[in-house]
Amino acid sequence: MATQALFGQLLIGLINGAFYAMLSLGLSVIFGLLNIINFAHGAQYMMGAFAAYFLLSLTGLGYWWSLLLAPIVVGLFGIALERTMLKRLYHLDHLYGLLLTFGLALIIQGVFRNEFGSSGLPYAIPAQLTGGYNLGFMFLPAYRAWVVVFSLGVCLATWWVIERTKLGSYLRAATENPTLVRAFGINVPRMITLTYGFGVGLAGLAGVLAAPIYQVNPLMGADLIIVVFAVVVIGGMGSIMGSIVTGFALGVVEGFTKVFYPEASNTVIFVIMALVLLVRPTGLFGRAS
Amino acid sequence: MATVKEYAGAAPAAVASAVPRHQIVAFVAMLGILLVAPFFVYPVFLMKALCFALFACAFNLLIGYVGLLSFGHAAFLGSAGYVSAHAAKVWGLPPEAAILLGTAAAAVLGLVIGALAIRSRGIYFANITLAFAQMVFFSSIQAKFTGGEDGIQAVPRGTLLGVLDLRQPYTMYFVVLAIFLGGFLVVYRAIHSPFGQVLKAIRESEPRAISLGYRAEHYKLLAFVLSATLSGLAGGTKALVFQLASLTDVHWTMSGEVVLMTLLGGLGTVFGPVVGAFIMITLEHSLAQIGSWLTIVQGAIFVVCVLTFRRGVVGELARILRKPL
Repeated sequence: MATQALFGQLLIGLINGAFYAMLSLGLSVIFGLLNIINFAHGAQYMMGAFAAYFLLSLTGLGYWWSLLLAPIVVGLFGIALERTMLKRLYHLDHLYGLLLTFGLALIIQGVFRNEFGSSGLPYAIPAQLTGGYNLGFMFLPAYRAWVVVFSLGVCLATWWVIERTKLGSYLRAATENPTLVRAFGINVPRMITLTYGFGVGLAGLAGVLAAPIYQVNPLMGADLIIVVFAVVVIGGMGSIMGSIVTGFALGVVEGFTKVFYPEASNTVIFVIMALVLLVRPTGLFGRAS
Repeated sequence: MATVKEYAGAAPAAVASAVPRHQIVAFVAMLGILLVAPFFVYPVFLMKALCFALFACAFNLLIGYVGLLSFGHAAFLGSAGYVSAHAAKVWGLPPEAAILLGTAAAAVLGLVIGALAIRSRGIYFANITLAFAQMVFFSSIQAKFTGGEDGIQAVPRGTLLGVLDLRQPYTMYFVVLAIFLGGFLVVYRAIHSPFGQVLKAIRESEPRAISLGYRAEHYKLLAFVLSATLSGLAGGTKALVFQLASLTDVHWTMSGEVVLMTLLGGLGTVFGPVVGAFIMITLEHSLAQIGSWLTIVQGAIFVVCVLTFRRGVVGELARILRKPL
């Protein structure tokens, strides 16, 4: 009984960790190049879930199509935001980017809440991933296993592209010194736009993955994003691998806290953040700024 | 030796003592309006606006004069509200003691959070304060004395100093006005003192301020604690005005709201936060019927302010008049 509860919470922790990792990864990629904290990330995650819902209810395209199309739709939305608004703020204090995206998050969440209320819409688990496996010590639902494996794959692929490919090296160079990279003939503004689109798309993808687990809800990203901010602070802002590792690890820590000391499960990540700040103000994987 | 001493003493004092005439005029105008307003406008509405105006002034001390954007100021407003409400209702303390206790609680919380957050700057600082405020929020849901989702209701207003019966709306109003003016003048004094000059120096260039021999971290922490304390004063007063302390005041949306008020009124202006708070509270009242549209309108104001109206109402006015307000 006790071990079953333990493994059950471990699984929930891994699922939450998968979302923390994907969202903080997107935030990190955006932060690295644009130097803004994308406060609308939670709203864009929610849009991903809604995109999946609409693709199904309006066009009949199912989960697998959503997994491909929803991130693109949300990413394009992000690109439009970057082109029309965010790019006007690059010459200003970075705080204005935070304030702008905060305002955008309020608008997006407000519009969706007006249209769909705050009760949440159901989204079914795809037929191929229903059911589960009995592992003897616990029951493992197939969809949840898929979410953990798939998001880990996406995170590692992103890491590989940024740290190991030529495109990634341009990106890292532009993070260090955009002016110099531009002098070499690389179109940095376009790279910034696409990076923002990619980060936002990742949030949308996380939203699609979340749709069958949590309901599709206009406020599903509103509180989540603040936890993800704490994850990013713990991992060290701008660090790719740091986001992935801390995302999964903190999800598991949170899960175990639910077993051993449930009262603290909501606050444990913030407590860890305070401790990390005391010891390493730049985060576990962060460079000194 | 004597000349050096004389010079060091005289220069900052001369800067600090001269209050520009137009600021006195503006202050007298504000005072005049606030003195007659309760006879024309619903006093509870005005009291709410005054509490938020004080809150925004406290917040502006950090963003406007130290350049630190705190995204967690609701923690101070809300926790002071809880402590004041608890002290007044459960312990039966008189209102002055209840408000002071709430304010002190916010000061202690400000010291703890500030000591941890102040080591970082810019976006990091915003992130960290937000996370701490969220921690305070979750603690408030779980703690016994806050009453969870219900909050602390039916808080008695009591009798101030054993003389003034705060159940009378006008008495309560003028007490709130006095508290607001006290807080406003503290902020004014702080930013126009040598202390405030050092804060502005840190805002412009922290390494340079450090190289001049100022302990930047001490100044920043002191400013943070002062800001938290005044936010607490606003929160404690608000709890007595509405006879309620609830989760709304510790939620991150409240932290966002105070940012919006200050931004709309004008970051780093003396009167901006007051104007911003009155505009936003008026807007909230007039939009109360259409419910969730309020969030959208707030978001839209954020976007417009950031993109095209970064000086805010008072900032633009000051630019047109060419005088700092």
